[in-house]
This record gives sequence, structure tokens and C-alpha cells, in this order.
Amino acid sequence: MKQQLPVLAGVLAAIFLAGHASAADLRIGTASEPSSLDPHYHNLTPNNTVRRHIFESLVDQDAKQRLIPALAESWRTLDDKTWEFKLRKGVKFHDGTEFTAQDFVYTVCRIPNVANSPSSFTLYTKGIDTIEVPDPYTIIIKTASPYPLLPVEMTTFGIISAKAAGGEAVKFDKAGCKADSWPSTQAFNDGTLTIGTGPFKLVEYRKGERIVLARNDNYWGTKPEWDKVTFRPITSEGPRVAALLAGDVDMVDEPPLQDLERLRKDPKVSVVETMSNRVVYLALDQAEKTPTIKGTDGKNPLRDIRVRQALSLAIDRAAIVKRIMNNTAEPAAQLLAPGLFGTNPDLKVAYDAERAKKLLADAGYPNGFELTIGTPNDRYINDEKIAQAAAQMFSRIGIKTQVDAATVNVFFSRRNKGEFSVFLAGWSAATGEASSPLKSLVATRIKEKGFGPTNYTGYSNPKLDDLLTQALATVDDTAREKLLAEAMKVVSDDVAILPLHYEAASWGMRKGLTYEPRADQYTLAAAVRTAK
Amino acid sequence: MLVFLIRRIAQSAIVVAIMSVLVFAGIFAIGNPIDVLISPEADEIERTAAIARLGLDRPMYEQFLSFAGNAISGDLGTSFVHGTPAVRLVLERFPATLELALFAMLIAVLFGIPLGIWAGLRPGSAAGRTIMAGSILGFSLPTFWVGMLLIMTFAVWLGWLPASGRGQTVDLFGIPFSFLTADGLKHMILPAMNLALFKKSLVIRLARAGTREVALQDYVRFARAKGLSPVRIVGVHILKNIMIPVVTVLGLEFGSVIAFSVVTESVFSWPGMGKLLIDSILLLDRPVVVAYLLVTVLLFIIINLVVDVLYSLLDPRIRLGGAKA
Repeated sequence: MKQQLPVLAGVLAAIFLAGHASAADLRIGTASEPSSLDPHYHNLTPNNTVRRHIFESLVDQDAKQRLIPALAESWRTLDDKTWEFKLRKGVKFHDGTEFTAQDFVYTVCRIPNVANSPSSFTLYTKGIDTIEVPDPYTIIIKTASPYPLLPVEMTTFGIISAKAAGGEAVKFDKAGCKADSWPSTQAFNDGTLTIGTGPFKLVEYRKGERIVLARNDNYWGTKPEWDKVTFRPITSEGPRVAALLAGDVDMVDEPPLQDLERLRKDPKVSVVETMSNRVVYLALDQAEKTPTIKGTDGKNPLRDIRVRQALSLAIDRAAIVKRIMNNTAEPAAQLLAPGLFGTNPDLKVAYDAERAKKLLADAGYPNGFELTIGTPNDRYINDEKIAQAAAQMFSRIGIKTQVDAATVNVFFSRRNKGEFSVFLAGWSAATGEASSPLKSLVATRIKEKGFGPTNYTGYSNPKLDDLLTQALATVDDTAREKLLAEAMKVVSDDVAILPLHYEAASWGMRKGLTYEPRADQYTLAAAVRTAK
Repeated sequence: MLVFLIRRIAQSAIVVAIMSVLVFAGIFAIGNPIDVLISPEADEIERTAAIARLGLDRPMYEQFLSFAGNAISGDLGTSFVHGTPAVRLVLERFPATLELALFAMLIAVLFGIPLGIWAGLRPGSAAGRTIMAGSILGFSLPTFWVGMLLIMTFAVWLGWLPASGRGQTVDLFGIPFSFLTADGLKHMILPAMNLALFKKSLVIRLARAGTREVALQDYVRFARAKGLSPVRIVGVHILKNIMIPVVTVLGLEFGSVIAFSVVTESVFSWPGMGKLLIDSILLLDRPVVVAYLLVTVLLFIIINLVVDVLYSLLDPRIRLGGAKA
């Protein structure tokens, strides 16, 4: 107890003297927290956010998700299946050792060897066939087939220090690299191996409480303004906003929609926002038998394109955006916001309840039928309200619609078991380009190709699969973009799925700070600056 | 006493066993953790691998048996989300919850007992009636709402106290506590007040009822007749005799303060066990939920035991006999 007294006195003094945190401190309140500081343990947005502060990747993405150089200064294809990355020279890890190609090799080797990983990054490394290192600053990667997404996927994982983990001699082998042991997740959580090349170093990590980072003064790029950055998880919405208003934190991510108006008006606070890479959609089950449609003699009306067109025409997307989303969203006609890679600028959706009724009658349902929409109620912004609105709009054209809402973990389990004929969900294109939603949501489920993991509707169109397969093997960016845009049109012509709107991503911060809002929703402390 | 303890421990073991089955079956029924945990981009092969890695491909009874087997040796499994032992996660959060709960109980007693006695001595007075009306509010207002109100008033408008989180901590016996620093105390005031609200009302009601009863007893009248000072009458004769129900109820309620601090911890982002429980339920982190509930059950059992023992010390007429019970 005795040695506590000076501490107590010091703290008291600090409180009375300081009152406010010093100018070079940044405190950020976050809606979710990482499950670990191990950069390869859990492929999850909160983990990847913190990872980007400490560990860098070969290639990075800017706020609009365009590729920019990071640890690799440049990259090019030598042929369709061979990529060459030229590494930046003179980059130092936090412990002072130099970054070289071996660190990359070791990282790729370690990724499949993380114990207990709930969701690993092998997704992004298994395309790699061989890695050659002609000199410490050149990496040559060969893939079995043309693999245009390789540079994009190089942005997804952070590079750890081979030397710190004792992996200087590890060689890449597609069948499995050999090493005496692999670093444990615990070694990253307790700071032993939390050694990256990033703009910040780890100071303190207390689960559920805070993550404290300090500026890396030897950083190769633009040094951040902040001496110290503290991330505090404040998962409840109201308290997160209150913490910002009370000055407990300088910035919050995901401020709740209903408070945005108030925050915009508050003279002490500013708000920034941008279209995110997430689309909210209604999926339409197109299997022979479907569980929650009644009044059709056991037939599935959603197999008829006229019914799907009618449903799409029945939805007043502009009204949903205006009334439910407070204008912090944009009506959607495709699976990714236009302007991002591989989207189709020509796609439109219309709202026309009269035509919808006529189409429904043409399809043989002049009196409609009964339908239930499944939706989560705590996953996407206002998810249940959107489903309710869609239900009313469907009812207006004669389809008696009910909503079945559940909390997210229950919803996903039921959805995956195929309990819904129509369900509401969202999709974020992590790579920032159109192949992501196309491949996951609407491509035919083909295990070997990794197609359709989230296609729970039984939708299948060989033309779409062909275009996508071609696009995913086309290294030439212009040609690939055209193929993807064409695939997007096929989905739209088929009314395979009903895109509703693109969610906006927003941040609230105290006046005097600026942040360029990012489509991928990452909150990066290095990009937070004081306004000049 | 010894017989009593042995019987008690045997009973508790049965309770724990039954609880573990119920909790395991309950959390199993909610949903499949893999749907929440895995990246949606993951393909079938990756999914299957993750399911196998977490042991979710085995039937429920097999998962339960291996869980129970490990549990006997003190291993309640590894968190799906954090990859660390579930018990350690729960115990790491325990000090934060404990100190908040203790602080809240302290507030409840320090305010509740004097106010309750006051109201009991002068039941018809304006002050007495105000106190009772206040205690009704304390019972009926939702904790979440009161918490937000406290934050809005004291943190946002007045700016006196921090809105949320745990302040600076100091290690005591290797365990971080925040009540030793001014910053830590400042962070504790609002959540502790929020958590104490319900208990405070309870203590007021108990103290008032007890006081009204005791004040009419012969020994109090006698003490008064003897000319003892009011302070002594209240402080010794009344206080001592109203403490038995208060201690019993507070003992039992202490468990519930710890177990159900969930709401307060969420509102104030207090990094305790309650917040861990909510986060774990949302992510379907089964081992952590099970570990949390088992730790809580153990806690209740221990508290009940301590209350019984305290009870016998306060009132020598109560014997913890094993033979007759």
C-alpha cells in the first residue's frame, strides 16, 4: 500500500493539472474489438483494423480501395502465372531488424499453421504455388493458373518478422513449410512477437478494456501525428456517442444512425461519411420447394422471373433510404456501389407498383400469395425496419408478407439451414471489387472453385459462372473489369437477387480533427489529423 | 459445523453438475458458432477445416462428454473467439466486476441504512415519505435508462465524471484494481451508483421495516425510559437488530450484483465479466458462456455458505447443526 501513495498523488496532480489529454494523444471509441492481436488468427474487420497499425502488408489499399504500394514498391506480371514484387529497401521492424523477402516467405508459411484459428487467411495464400527469392528485395510468385486477384489478396494479411519468431531458415513449400515450431497466438497478445513494420508499436493490450499504441519513430512512410493512440471498445451505441460528447474519446466509429443528425448539429463534433463496400439485399430462394411461401399449391413462385421482377418493382428503394436510413445510404441496382472495380454503370432499378401487379397477374398470381421475410435485427443498420418496409411494399402489390426477425447468431444458423424463402442480409466486398459479391452470393455452388459459399438461394446461371470463371483468370485489368461488369448485368437481368441499398460508413470526431472516410470501414489512426 | 459444510459441498457439486448439463444444452440450442465466427468469404473447404478445428463436427453428446471430462480437471475449454482458456478469460475479468460490485454494495449500505432507519423512525414525516417514494423509483426504473441518464447528466452536460470505461489501474498482489487511483475512482462512481440503485432501495425498505418493528420492542422502550441518548438507541439497539435480515439479503444479493451487472457493464463499457458474457453470447463463444455460468454458480454457492456462517455469528440462537438439518 505504501508504494501506492506516490502513484495516487501523481494521479491527483495529473488530473488537476491536465484536465484534458495532451494534444498528441488520440483516443478512439470502437464498436467492436479484435479477438486477438495475432495478425493471422482471425480474419475479421476489428482484427484487421488493429493489424494495419502494427503490421503492414506487401500492398495496401487507399480510402477508395484502390491498390497502393506498401512494403512492395512495385509489382508486375512476368507472364500470366508469374508475379514479381520489388520490395522497399531500408524498412525496419520495431525491433530494429531489417525487412526482407524472407519475412514474407515466413508469413505465408505461418498462416496455415495458426492453432485454433476460427477463420484463417489461407483463403488468400492458397493460390500461391511457389515463391522464389532471387535477392532479398525481390519476390517472384508463381500460381497454378492465371490469378489476377493476387495483388489484391496481398493486402489482406500483415507481415511478421521471421527473425523474431526464429524463422530465418524456413522455406516455402506448397504442401506445408517445415519449422520446429510456429509462434503462438499468445505471443502476439502479450507483446512478445507483436513486432511489425507499421506506423505504430504496441504498448499495452487489455482485452475488453483498451489497446494502447505508440508512434514508431523509425517508420519509413509519413509519420503519424499522434504520440499515443488508445482504442477503447464501447460496444453499446448510446454510450459510444455519449463518450464522444463527453470528451472521453476523440473519435468514434459507427455512430448510430438516429444520432447522426444530432452529431452533425453539435458545434463540438464533426461527422464524415462515405459509401461503404457493403450492399444490403433480399435473397430470393429459387429452389423447387421453398419453406415460407403459402397459397401457391406448393409451387415456388420465385422461380418465375416475372414474380422476381414484380418484387423488385414493388420496392421503393428511394423511400427506404430517405425514411429509414436518414439518407445515409444510396439505392442499389447491383451488388457493389458503382465506381468500384467491375461494377456496371448502366444498371438501373425502377419502382412501379402497377406494373408489378400486372407482372404478378401474368405469372398466374392475380391474388398474390403469402410470404415471410427472414431478417437479423442487430446486424446491419436498421435491418429489421428495412425488412418491415419491404414487407409492406410487397403487401401493397398483393403479396401478404410477414417478417421473421431474430438476433444475428440465430438468424445466420437458420438461414444456413435454408429456413427462409426470402431473407435480408448484407455483403461487404472485402477486396473492393465485383468478383467478391458475384462469387459468393450468386455464383453456382461449386466447392472446388470456391464459388457460391453464401449462395443460399439455389440460383444458378451457367452464363454467369462462365463470365466469372473467365474474369478470375484474366490478368489484364481492363478486360477483367469488362467481364465482371457483364456478369453483373446477367445477375441484374435475371433479377437473381434484390439489391436494396449501399450502406454508408460514418465516423464522429471532435471538431478540429479530420479523417478521410474509407469504403472498407477501417479506422486508421495514422490517417486522423488535426485540421490545418 | 463440519457436517454442515460437508453436506453443503456435496449438494453444491450436484448443483454444478446439473447446471453444466443445462447450460451446455441451452447454448447448443442457440445456433452454430461457425456461422458467426468464420469470414463470409471463406469457401467450403475452409469452412469444413474450421469446423473440424473447433470440434464442432462431433455430435453434441460427444462434445459434452469431452467437455465434462476436461471440466473435472479444471479445464473448461478454449474460447472459440480468443483462442485462450475460457476460465482464464472469465477470471481475468473478475477483479473489475468484483470491485465494482463491492463499491456498489458499499454505496447501497452507506445510503440505504441511514435513510431506511430515518424513514422507519418517522414514517409519517415528509422526509420519510420522500425516501420511500424514492425507493420505489429505484425499484422500478430500468437500469439501462438510468445509466444513460447518469451519463448524460454527469458526463455530457456537467462534464464532471468520465462517461465510460475503467480508469487507471494499479496492481495489487498482481491483480489490477482501479479503486486505488483517483482516476480509477472517478471512473467507478457512475457505474457503481447505477449498479447500487436497486440494492439501495432494497436496503431502505428492509431497514425501514426492521426499524419500525424494533422501535416498538420492549427493550427499546426500556432503553428510552432509562434515558439513553437517541444516538445510542439507534446506533446500538436498533441497528444491531435490523442487521440480520439486511446481512442475509445483501449476502444473497451480492451474488446477483456480480452475476447481473451485465446491463451496467454494457452501458458503461466496464470491462468486467458481464460484458464478456454479452460479447460471448453474441459471438456464440460456447466455452466462455459455459465457463462464466459455472463460475457464477460456484460464486453463489460460496456466498450462500458465507451468509449462513455469518448468520450464526450475528444471532447465536441459529445453529448450523448437521445432525438435525
